[in-house]
Amino acid sequence: MTGTRTIKVDTLARVEGEGALYIKMAGERVADVKFRIYEPPRMFEAFMRGRHFSEAPDITARICGICPIAYQMSAVHAMERALGLKIDPAVRLLRRLFYCGEWIESHALHVYMLHAPDFLGYQDVIAMAKDHGEVVQKALRLKKIGNHIVQMLGGREIHPISAAVGGFHKTPSKYQLREMVSDLEWALEASLEAVRWTSTLQFPDFEQDYEFVALRHPDQYPFNEGRLVSNRGLDIDAAEYEDRFAEVHVKHSNALHSVLRGRGSYLVGPLARFNLNFDKLPEVARKAATDAGLKPPVKNLFRSITVRAVELVFACAEALRVIAEYEPPPSPRVEAPNRAGVGQAITEAPRGILYHRYAIDENGLIVTAKIVPPTSQNQKRIEDDLREYAAQLAAWPLEEATWKCEQAVRCYDPCISCATHFLKVVIERE
Amino acid sequence: MSSKRKSASRSKPKIGVFKFASCDGCQLSLLDAEDELLGVVGAVDIAYFPEASRTMLKGPYDIGLVEGSITTHHDAERIQEVRRKCKTLITIGACATAGGIQALRNWKDVDEFVRAVYASPQFISTLKLSTPIAEHVPVDFELRGCPINKYQLIELITATLAGRKPNVPTYSVCIECKRKANVCIAVARGIACLGPVTQAGCGGLCPSFDRGCYGCYGPMETPNTASLTSQFRILGQSDDQISRSFRSFNAWSWQFRRASEECERT
Repeated sequence: MTGTRTIKVDTLARVEGEGALYIKMAGERVADVKFRIYEPPRMFEAFMRGRHFSEAPDITARICGICPIAYQMSAVHAMERALGLKIDPAVRLLRRLFYCGEWIESHALHVYMLHAPDFLGYQDVIAMAKDHGEVVQKALRLKKIGNHIVQMLGGREIHPISAAVGGFHKTPSKYQLREMVSDLEWALEASLEAVRWTSTLQFPDFEQDYEFVALRHPDQYPFNEGRLVSNRGLDIDAAEYEDRFAEVHVKHSNALHSVLRGRGSYLVGPLARFNLNFDKLPEVARKAATDAGLKPPVKNLFRSITVRAVELVFACAEALRVIAEYEPPPSPRVEAPNRAGVGQAITEAPRGILYHRYAIDENGLIVTAKIVPPTSQNQKRIEDDLREYAAQLAAWPLEEATWKCEQAVRCYDPCISCATHFLKVVIERE
Repeated sequence: MSSKRKSASRSKPKIGVFKFASCDGCQLSLLDAEDELLGVVGAVDIAYFPEASRTMLKGPYDIGLVEGSITTHHDAERIQEVRRKCKTLITIGACATAGGIQALRNWKDVDEFVRAVYASPQFISTLKLSTPIAEHVPVDFELRGCPINKYQLIELITATLAGRKPNVPTYSVCIECKRKANVCIAVARGIACLGPVTQAGCGGLCPSFDRGCYGCYGPMETPNTASLTSQFRILGQSDDQISRSFRSFNAWSWQFRRASEECERT
């Protein structure tokens, strides 16, 4: 095939936020790839200066309505590090449960409602529901159970209000948590079914040699703690993050591209977590993965839908474990007196690692803030993937090739609302 | 109006969901209405909702739901086009109704940021202010909240389709606390709480979690912010703290804006 053709998607659907895709082909060669984020910048890091540290979890939550807990968790952990606070073990457990809720809600949304329609050839979940009503009903119930955890701990699903530096504003009783057990037992079964169901989908043959980057904790599948590691030898503390990663400003996007210094693009999210932490998954999740033919390292991007389902199994099992172990802490949170300091934290948002750094003054007011969301980190990798993948599709009819490229981008579950707050990082360098 | 409604009732009414500067949370509320979602999509035709579907039908739309604030020249033009295409235009959430948290830029010099940072500032299209939709086009209904309450959204869609007034109260969060039999944290424990000046809709959430309301539903119908400011001072809050309280997710609503600026002046 010769001549030039252009794959263009002006508004990428079924992603959070607004982005566009532009691929220019010259024959079988990919001449140009632009994954463009045109969502307007909101400048969080700039306007957070002068706010009190206690406001950070509520303010940063507003970067993303899909993963507000990730922002709250990175914010509270970074602030606790800046203030030198030690949190109660029960609070640590509750924060894991909180994150389980967000992962279940977010992964169920993505697996069934945003991504599965691609594999089955539907424009959206509404059309899919007509033929796969039972699957969609189950998906909605699963999503609702995730949301219910968030609601129980945080008051509401979107921008919950209980997370605080030092703990929570209010912690639940054992009885309140136990009420969720039967739902979660159902959710665990539904998640196992999701693993089986997604593993029967058709996956394009597309394997890449990724550098996977995720947290790794000595005992547990990671949420809030651990070192940042990769399959190519990276092994650092959150405080070293900015020494090893850099942002590059590209003209076509309102978000910065994040790269590993001297190495280039890398991949964060479910695939990276799974490949780097398979041994930390509970037995039930490991078995489900193995039965579905998944063995680390999984290098086929399109299989991330099944990996997300495996993480659903993990999150349900982990939620049940936390509920069984939970004893309310003596106090919902430890005192957090004003003190000057600098703190960094990385936590695992559903879409991958989320980095926060704050410097605060002796009155507890924020002097500088820096936030690097997962989609910014994956953005360069998305373009690298499309460069390879579009070449494979050179002979395909344009419409189908376009859809396939969209599907490839959706494998990342990109959250564009998150990625655009990025412009302000540039502002920070003034 | 009656002829419009008639034409809408012949086929399923078309709904479009449009996003400006925002976090996506308010439109996600529609997908978070797990028990009602399939019912809602059965009653309407989701004609434009990029977060959920690849299908993007051209307008006109019977109902346009608009999320987000206006922060760029391009968006200032786009909202005009969206208005033209929607019979009924409803703004959802604090960004669309009050400029959102990104309106904190409105007290800073954004131009200076851009000039200081970019080699080619002409590529950066950012307005000085983050403004609500109603500052640009006529809006038929403003649904408050950061985020909105999904049940209020469903009530609003239902009422609009039925041609009746939506049942969305404009009284304060205090009423919701009373209904829940919450002990008043402001009176009993001296916690600074924006509940007395904030519109209901959340269900008195923060006081139920032992913390003061932070005003995410914006000003109630007739808020007495001056009185609350005095009360906050009695509780020992500095003017700086009080100003920050009013200046969050609904900072640019004129009532909260005035209250925060009065604290700065004193």
